[in-house]
Amino acid sequence: MEQLLDGFATALTPTHLLLAAVGVLLGTAIGVLPGIGPAMAVALLLPVTYGMEPTGAFIMFAGIYYGGMFGGSTTSILLNTPGESAAVVAAFEGNPMARKGRGAQALAAAAIGHFTGGIIGTILIVLLAPFVAKHAVDIGAPDLFAVMVLAFIAVTSVLGASRIRGFASLLIGLTLGLVGLDEMTGQQRLTFGSLHLADGIDIVVVAVALFAVGEALWVAAHLRRKPFEPIPVGRPWLSKADLKRTWKPWLRGPVIGFPFGAIPAGGAEIPTFLSYVTEKRLSKHKDEFGKGAIEGVAGPESTASASAAGTLVTMLTLGLPTTAVAAVMLAAFQQYGIQPGPLLFQRESGLVWALIASLFIGLTLLLVLNLPLAPLWAKLLRIPRPYLYAGILFFASVGAYAVNADIFDLLLMFVIGLLGFGMRRYGLPVLPAIIGVILGPAAEQQMRRSLQLSDGSLTGLVNSPMAVIIYVVILVILFFPLIKRFLPKPPAAAEPEREKVDA
Amino acid sequence: MSVKVWVAVATALLAVLLVPPLLTPGADSGETNQVRALRVLVPNAPGGGYDITARTAAKAMEDADLLRNAEVFNLPGAGGTVGLGRTVGERGNGKLIMSMGLGVVGAVYTNKSPNSLLDTTPIAKLIEEPDIVVVAKDSPYTSMQQLVDAWKANPGTVTVGGGSAPGGPDHLAPMLIAKAVGLEPKTVNYIPFDGGGELLASVLGGKVAFGVSGVGEYRDQIQAGTLRVLAVTSKDRIEGVDAPTLQQSGVDVEFTNWRGIVAPPGISPTDRAKLVEVFQNLQKTPQWEEALQRNGWTDAFAPGDEFGTFLENENKRVATVLKDLGLA
Repeated sequence: MEQLLDGFATALTPTHLLLAAVGVLLGTAIGVLPGIGPAMAVALLLPVTYGMEPTGAFIMFAGIYYGGMFGGSTTSILLNTPGESAAVVAAFEGNPMARKGRGAQALAAAAIGHFTGGIIGTILIVLLAPFVAKHAVDIGAPDLFAVMVLAFIAVTSVLGASRIRGFASLLIGLTLGLVGLDEMTGQQRLTFGSLHLADGIDIVVVAVALFAVGEALWVAAHLRRKPFEPIPVGRPWLSKADLKRTWKPWLRGPVIGFPFGAIPAGGAEIPTFLSYVTEKRLSKHKDEFGKGAIEGVAGPESTASASAAGTLVTMLTLGLPTTAVAAVMLAAFQQYGIQPGPLLFQRESGLVWALIASLFIGLTLLLVLNLPLAPLWAKLLRIPRPYLYAGILFFASVGAYAVNADIFDLLLMFVIGLLGFGMRRYGLPVLPAIIGVILGPAAEQQMRRSLQLSDGSLTGLVNSPMAVIIYVVILVILFFPLIKRFLPKPPAAAEPEREKVDA
Repeated sequence: MSVKVWVAVATALLAVLLVPPLLTPGADSGETNQVRALRVLVPNAPGGGYDITARTAAKAMEDADLLRNAEVFNLPGAGGTVGLGRTVGERGNGKLIMSMGLGVVGAVYTNKSPNSLLDTTPIAKLIEEPDIVVVAKDSPYTSMQQLVDAWKANPGTVTVGGGSAPGGPDHLAPMLIAKAVGLEPKTVNYIPFDGGGELLASVLGGKVAFGVSGVGEYRDQIQAGTLRVLAVTSKDRIEGVDAPTLQQSGVDVEFTNWRGIVAPPGISPTDRAKLVEVFQNLQKTPQWEEALQRNGWTDAFAPGDEFGTFLENENKRVATVLKDLGLA
């Protein structure tokens, strides 16, 4: 505790405060701009920070990391074009909200979600760092595969009104996920001999193409027949009813996000998706999901920031980067001759605690910066539709191109965009496809890895306690409808059973 | 309406035509040894090994006034072969170099890349990093001999983890070891992880029987005693790591991961000499020495033709291993 206070003393000096502010501003800008992610930004800044002392540099990097999370959801919500993979889920509910004129509320819910998720995540760093360091390595491929199975079960709740169309869309996603070099054996799959496809298709490209490009084409095809009206911009602030619906998702986010960030191969995509389906299951407004339910923004965003905090734990205590940004930050530590790992907290305790303190400060700065900006950002949608969609297409193209400066990515985006248009035309929901791209490769990798570890024996899938527990949970979920029959009926069966989701 | 549209189109065209030339740096004066406006292609993502090498070298060279206006950019994809394709495609361009290493040699085969590293102009080999054979501290294996015996008895269950995809350095090292001890490489149960970090977790957690990876990322864990190094793959022992070399443990393999610089094919002899010279001069700068120290890299400088011969030999060695596995 005393060390943390010392950390605050270091972080609150004018220079460090200024660096934190520069970091969060840069991070937000980078998050909003398509194409450059926080990983790239930190990498570009590495040489610049050579002359700085390490504490200041890391305070700035941490600001960029968290800032990128805040900014990333902005374009996701307003323009349906996620700038990075952690923000993909934000578009699910955020964009429908924005189109209904509740963009400002969606942004505010996201900003507060990031703040709560980040703060709780950072508190968990302080409290749990040694514990996580000890147990993160116990989680192996069988456990992760069990989580993937759970996630696949959860997919059913986003399939939409028509199961067949939902599954068709999921299969499209899984197929897109197959593209690339097979990581286990080095064989090419569906690459058609093209080197550009050897690394697979980036989830951001797929999400931007299916969401933004498909949508823009759809609008372009229908705009002439429809009356010309700009998107309404409603009241800027969260109402009491909104707050009542969002405070629980905000608090639940870290529970899912933090552990996922901390485990190897965790990342932010799967926890944000799991948070989304959890909120959907728990919400009293299930019918609003797919049409702009605020819980569907608040929960995943809080999860995303908490997973960022979790990532920092494993990076600091084990020297183990679980995301691209963490990998770059690890490289940065090494540039200063500091090796993150089990000895870091003893060797560089001053730096570590100043960094942790600066996370709290950075998050506060971000909230102060982003909340007033929310209504301003939302005004962007007042732009008449033809210009707005032209802008979206422009941003999407710049983003797809900027990632690798490769024309191929641009073509790929437009081809998948056409696919998205076709899917809309024939009533296929887009959401399951995105989930397929996220989950498919991850699940395959973990399953094959588990089986390889057990030398092909199927027991390798269930040889850890955590995996067994998760499978039991899955069975309970699957058979719950059967069990429910034998239970006494609840007094008021007010909840409508039919689920309607259109993505 | 139409006037507005025309104005907009004209402005857009002007912007597209005018902005890029304004942003490109000026031409090389050619008078001094300083190389100007050099572009350094990094064929993997920011934060990766080639990236750190390129950025560190570029920074050291700028500080020492060997370079001016150097630009490091990333073109990741397919284990570095997308970047390689670009480099080979820029025939005759003396202002472009690519940071690369052993990983690209293997990736050429696994990705069935149409371009080979032998097509490029070798400039210099810069650094080396030995691999280590490592187990968790509570592993039953305490010596390389024990591990090899157990491995030969049961290659399927003695799993090997590595931080690179098939064809990469961490994959090649255990395959070479297997061959040397008389194991068929095809029987090796190699599990690829996404980088040394993810592998570290699996080694620490005892998920894999042993890991093979670069020593750099693991120094701290080794020092803290949570990892046990059974052998280092280099010719000599490494400072600060209490482990014999493979050869000392009776396994006749010598293996180091390395990184270097290549340029496009067909560049003029003057351009080539200039580039080689710049990297030769880099060796003498205190900035580079400090960078080597900081990153735990071993200096392994080999200029131009010497690097070219080395590259050819490495290419042969990698091809042999991968052919055994049906990957090349």
